[in-house]
Amino acid sequence: MNAVTFALRSFGREARSGEVVVLLAAVALAVGVLTAVGFLTDRIGKAVARQANEVLAADLRLRSQQPVPEAWRELAANFRLQTAETQVFPSVVYAGEQSALATINAVSDNYPLRGAVRVADTLFGEQRTVSGTPPRGEVWADGALLARVNADVGDLLQVGEVELRVSAVLTYRPDQSVGFASLAPSMLVNIADVPETKLLGEGSRVRYALLVAGDEQDVNAFYADIEEQLPEEIRASDREESSEQAYSAADRAQRFLSLTAVVSLLLSAVAVSMSARRFMQRRLDTVALMKSLGATQQFVILAAVTQLMLLGILGVLLGSVVGYAAEEAVAWLLADIIAADLPDPGAMPVLLASGSALVLLAGFALPSLLQLKHTPPLRVLRHDMMPPAPSRLLVGGLALLAVAALVYRAVGDARMLLILLSGIVVIAAALYLLGRLLVAMLGRFRSGVGVAWRYGLANVARRGRASAVQVVAFGLGLTMLLLLTIVRGDLLQGWRETIGDDAPNHFMINVQPHEIDSVTAIFAAGGVAKPEFVPLVRARMATINGEDVRTRKYPDPGGEWMANREANLSFAAELSPSNEIVAGEWWPEDYSGAPLVSVEEEAARETGLALGDKLVFKVAGQDIELTIASIRRVNWDSFQPNFFMVLSPGALDQMPTTYIAGLRLGDEQQAVLVALVRAHPSISVIDIDAILQQVRNIIDKASLAVQAVFAFTLAAGIAVLFASVQSTIDERRFESAMLRALGARKQTVFAGVMAEFAALGLAAGLLASAGASILAAIIAVQLFELPYTFNPLLWVAGIVAGVLVVCASGYLAARGAINSPPVEVLRAA
Amino acid sequence: MDTNSVNGATVLEAYKISKQVSSPEGHLTILSELSFVIEKGETVAVVGPSGAGKSTLLAILAGLDLPSSGHVILNGKNLGELDEDGRALVRAESVGFVFQSFHLVPSLNALENVMLPLELAGASDARAASHAIIEQVGLQDRWRHYPAQLSGGEKQRVALARAFATEPAVLFADEPTGNLDSRTGENIMNLMFELNHNSATTLILVTHDQVLAGRCNRIIQLDAGLLVDDSRARR
Repeated sequence: MNAVTFALRSFGREARSGEVVVLLAAVALAVGVLTAVGFLTDRIGKAVARQANEVLAADLRLRSQQPVPEAWRELAANFRLQTAETQVFPSVVYAGEQSALATINAVSDNYPLRGAVRVADTLFGEQRTVSGTPPRGEVWADGALLARVNADVGDLLQVGEVELRVSAVLTYRPDQSVGFASLAPSMLVNIADVPETKLLGEGSRVRYALLVAGDEQDVNAFYADIEEQLPEEIRASDREESSEQAYSAADRAQRFLSLTAVVSLLLSAVAVSMSARRFMQRRLDTVALMKSLGATQQFVILAAVTQLMLLGILGVLLGSVVGYAAEEAVAWLLADIIAADLPDPGAMPVLLASGSALVLLAGFALPSLLQLKHTPPLRVLRHDMMPPAPSRLLVGGLALLAVAALVYRAVGDARMLLILLSGIVVIAAALYLLGRLLVAMLGRFRSGVGVAWRYGLANVARRGRASAVQVVAFGLGLTMLLLLTIVRGDLLQGWRETIGDDAPNHFMINVQPHEIDSVTAIFAAGGVAKPEFVPLVRARMATINGEDVRTRKYPDPGGEWMANREANLSFAAELSPSNEIVAGEWWPEDYSGAPLVSVEEEAARETGLALGDKLVFKVAGQDIELTIASIRRVNWDSFQPNFFMVLSPGALDQMPTTYIAGLRLGDEQQAVLVALVRAHPSISVIDIDAILQQVRNIIDKASLAVQAVFAFTLAAGIAVLFASVQSTIDERRFESAMLRALGARKQTVFAGVMAEFAALGLAAGLLASAGASILAAIIAVQLFELPYTFNPLLWVAGIVAGVLVVCASGYLAARGAINSPPVEVLRAA
Repeated sequence: MDTNSVNGATVLEAYKISKQVSSPEGHLTILSELSFVIEKGETVAVVGPSGAGKSTLLAILAGLDLPSSGHVILNGKNLGELDEDGRALVRAESVGFVFQSFHLVPSLNALENVMLPLELAGASDARAASHAIIEQVGLQDRWRHYPAQLSGGEKQRVALARAFATEPAVLFADEPTGNLDSRTGENIMNLMFELNHNSATTLILVTHDQVLAGRCNRIIQLDAGLLVDDSRARR
């Protein structure tokens, strides 16, 4: 009989034994967890991305000064994509004698393809979501526009040569921009009404757009098809260039999800490797016996590999069932945040998870199994005979290779892979070395403690290498969980701060200096605190260190745009709280010397500016020379007014200055806006409540996802600890029986085992806290661009969790061993 | 005349075998230049005090371990010239084992444990042959039981059935009654000699048990690694 037949025939019998079940469970767990996490990340990632796409009202937007060619709409239809069209142009609208400049947004039937339009029935009244677009002959107008022309719902607005009835107040459209570009308040009209306005003629400033949405793959295929033939004047934009805030939240959520996927992968890897160790150890006796009965090395290896493969297949099947069940449960739990119309991920997460689990099994269990072939047959007579330890290079190499391949697949980012892998290797090595050191030190304490602790500590010391390996397994598991906890906390905290409850939900722009007092008075009357007015001066950059900005070479195309556009300058005595100096120094509050400027970090990099450079700006016909005194990092997520260039006080005195201010208005305070806009028609109020709400939505979804995935990984982590205790269970069973046979009380044996676990947990917790702190600092800064703050509580948490979790899983795993009657155990040995 | 006595063919030859191991205290000599020849059908007891080197000798004779010097020829094959797989094949073809602690595979039932060496040797009728021998050791009603469900004596019966199943040229037994009470031990002894008698196997056993040693027709006595006596019983 050949080895494969033998392995297949004996597998059924082998499968009844405990170690096969444990390894099977580890593989199944890996598949289950990876499937669930894969499914979650896929669903939530798509849901978040789709939410972020709302800022385009589409997945892709093609904008042009010319009508978008009909052929492209047909092409989009061929790719099974939905399309809609928009035409945006400025025009003066009239209501009776009153007139105001408005931005006309003419939209076709399907608009918006992503997100929804919200309207209110009265000025600043309760808003509701509507589907569809204004019917022909009707218009949904911005409250500010209505206030300016003194009109209300039901009134007629003259737009070009047609009169349109205001049927609702427009409060939100997904593609409204948060920037200051669209100064004129907007109105939504039916695209079919546009020709009759006769506003679109030669030289009119219309921006045409084709909106496209559909399955991600279809959109990408469509884009790939048109990319080549895209004429200069047509700009394609996807979400990455749109709302910074929405996108950065979504992007971080995605990164966190892939980080979580990696962590669950690593935890599964530790679980598989620990149970594979036990699988191998339990088979030593059988293999030795087989060899003494005449089995060859090839036979042993072939049989073991066949069984491993069978085990892998079984584990994958079992895990897929678990994974599918988890998927269903997750989908049910998160039903309201996971859009029902997302394409079904199908078998993909299960397939990927299964593949990953098999790679893990090969990477972590194969070396252990290969070691079996060297089992000395003499072991049948001398039980302490062990096979020579496998080459560490082989074991480490294979495991690292497996992990690297899988992590790369999960994050798809070489830099992150490098950070994570080097982190893991360094931490594992440090854990091992420090583990051995701690183990050696613990051994010395044992003379000063009671019998239970002496026994426990002696055990830790005696198992030397094995104890260190356990510390590594516990420690790695804990590191991952702590890391995830910190990063998750930092993320949630960062998001909360981003959109705090006091974040402004309205912006006032174009406030003249003489209007500040009157505006403040209107607010005071309406019970609104005086907002902070931030000065703004329009200017153009002329030279950098004497070099004309138009001919200068820039390190980045963004820099050229930055230097040549009309710039908004501001000045301040104090640094805004959402800013941080990264180079140079902020000027003293009472500074009154030569004009200085503080430049935003990214702008300085793209434009190639350094401290001490001289910039000349043209403001209202005058040249102002500025010296760069500092470089600032700006938290653009803060929704506070921020500027690329902030000047020292006095630099812009006598220059035409307007003010902008952020306002936080409650629902009941909206009426103040009507009074404001009526009294000061030239002031524009931008309502960003809607966009804030949108960003909050994304953050809520991402937070929920983060919590759910975290819970899954936590479960996997505890399973790992359990598996690693299980791997020493035989030895413990025998020892406890022996001790009890020698007259130790059950309680003493138990206390001894607990002392051992507590010592291991302490060592692992200590090391994990250190590892997680370092990794978290790197990850927070490098990947999430969040400031990292050292948290001493983390160490307490790490150590307490280490001791508690290790003791708890140790108790559960060792309980049976301690309780089993000594005579049975000793007889079976 | 006893049918189990010498019939002239050499089945095992030990030539000047020595075994040294290194220990923290320096080199330790476990066996020192032992030489003897065992003929087909002999029953040989290896006796001696603890630490005399009995188990090491058994391991070397069976090819489980190699001597530091000297050589062993088992069933015509020089074990020292074979690699581990070569020695495994020799064991599969011509060696059976009975151990003090039985060494049954816990995940296999009694019958499957007996089938194991037959299957390893490539026998086509492993199941039928195993059933036959299970019957010979009196466990026909318990063949479905797992080791954990069997008493010590029953486990050793299964081990005996497994050892004799392949009809080995040499059967090595390491303290086969050491883990059993005297009454069960005697039953096992009887069974072992009966099976040996029926199959004309050469039996080499290591034992402390004087009664068991006395039933063999040859006793090799070791002390501190030296062969101090090698006598054939005249019965």
